Amino acid sequence: MADATAPGQVLLQVVDLHVMRDERPILRGVNLSVAEGSIHAVLGLNGSGKSTLAYALIGSAGYAPARGQIWFAGQDITHLSITERARLGLTLAWQEPARFEGLTVARYLSLGMREADTERIRKALIAVALDPDVYLNRFVDESLSGGERKRVELAAIYAMKPRLAVLDEPDSGIDLMTLEDIAKLIRRLQREGTTVLLISHRDEVVAIADAASLMCEGQIQTTGDPRHVCARYSRCCRPCDRAQKVETEVDYERL
Amino acid sequence: MSDFEAILKAYEAAGGNPQFLKSPTVGSLVISGNQVLGLNAIPGLDVTADPLPDGVRVRVRVAEGARIERPVHLCFGVVPAEGVQRILVDYELGTGSSAEFLAHCTFPNALRVQHIMQGTVHVGVGATMRYSEVHYHGETGGIEVLPKLQIKVDEGGRYFSSFSQTKGRAGRIDFDYTVDVDREGLTELTAKALGYGEDQITVRETIRLNGEGARGLAKSRVAVRDRARSEVFASTEGNAPLARGHVDCVEIVRGQAVANAVPVVRVTNDRAQVTHEAAIGTVGKKELETVMARGVDEEAAVDIIVRGMLG
Repeated sequence: MADATAPGQVLLQVVDLHVMRDERPILRGVNLSVAEGSIHAVLGLNGSGKSTLAYALIGSAGYAPARGQIWFAGQDITHLSITERARLGLTLAWQEPARFEGLTVARYLSLGMREADTERIRKALIAVALDPDVYLNRFVDESLSGGERKRVELAAIYAMKPRLAVLDEPDSGIDLMTLEDIAKLIRRLQREGTTVLLISHRDEVVAIADAASLMCEGQIQTTGDPRHVCARYSRCCRPCDRAQKVETEVDYERL
Repeated sequence: MSDFEAILKAYEAAGGNPQFLKSPTVGSLVISGNQVLGLNAIPGLDVTADPLPDGVRVRVRVAEGARIERPVHLCFGVVPAEGVQRILVDYELGTGSSAEFLAHCTFPNALRVQHIMQGTVHVGVGATMRYSEVHYHGETGGIEVLPKLQIKVDEGGRYFSSFSQTKGRAGRIDFDYTVDVDREGLTELTAKALGYGEDQITVRETIRLNGEGARGLAKSRVAVRDRARSEVFASTEGNAPLARGHVDCVEIVRGQAVANAVPVVRVTNDRAQVTHEAAIGTVGKKELETVMARGVDEEAAVDIIVRGMLG
């Protein structure tokens, strides 16, 4: 198990992280500290490297750092597998979650639980505005709409109770859930002990964070009070030719 | 242990519930090798079974308009390590009738066993037949399963078939179903199989949509690993106006295994439409990493995904 850290202490420390893709630098020396118990937003335009950072943090194949380190709860996890990182309590909610033929929502939500807990699974679905009686036995496949699938993904994170949840654009593609619903869920995760790294390109989502970092061209430009970071984002960030090609499903799968 | 008890035990291992085979209110048939060990016909359902030197000839008739409320349970098996079982079978569903058949085929000790099933199915006008066949072959791989059925679906009839071999070694499977569908008829064929070791799996699904408004789906899900081989030949023809067909094939390959898929879509009427999708390869990266990101190790994650797909 990872060492314990107290609220406010650094849970995730990213040091000079470089990730290359096709011999191009995508992350170019990311430095980031996330405090235990906080909601920390990473804000940036499409193509700034946010999703690449998320994949590198969880240890996705093809996103191994060319340089730098990732520390989690005082442990160097740079070379650990996805499974090992997840068992330490680090997980990701994908921006476009995968679909699984023949896997029920109940089974999917139980994957991250040490012991199956039906009550928590029901609670998790209610937390994302899905009726457990309707959804528990549905399959996590093409029969779910994009918005439903996304909500199931957030429910899975809630059910898992990770120590650190990386939420990649949790607000994108959600149909019935409002930003306020998502904000409530994130705060609820926080209240129940999960630190949240919230990745978004929408400054209104970042308003719920305790701290925020602005990402541009594969680097963290600034970190601080979310209001100040949002103000700078609104003032300074415009799509530009320095942005990297936006990560696509094909890019992710081929690595 | 009597032959009946032995086959019931094997039937239970294959997922069947022996109570149904003993119930007087449930249609049932139990065949071990070439012996008919149990047969129960019920009102509306007529079943005859005549022994052959190496199997049994079976005739199943559902009377016109009969609605068989509870599934008819069928048990076919060979308990010894060697043997041949040839089942020659004909199903006839009368006009407007409906019935569901749950077949369990079990060969738990097979070292050199051949199970041949050949036959015909006729689904009458407006009739509905659901046929589910679940196999259990044990871990030896010494089994050959050769089911070959010609199915005819009359106007407004519906035929649903599900073939599943997902527990134990497949051995050699050569599954071959051909369905001709008449006007406004419907068919759905689903085949699911798991192969490992030296197993060889061949799935042949042919649907001919011959009547106006006929619809058909040929779906296959196969997972192979080690040195197993799989081949899926899925063919759908749209031969009449407003016929709609779809071929959906997924094969997952691991280790040294090899998979082939040959989807064929053929349209001979300019108002028909047939589509297909086929995917062969390893488990998708995102699916795998999503499960692993919940703390599951890689091998177990693949197993969860494959077992989900195979139902």
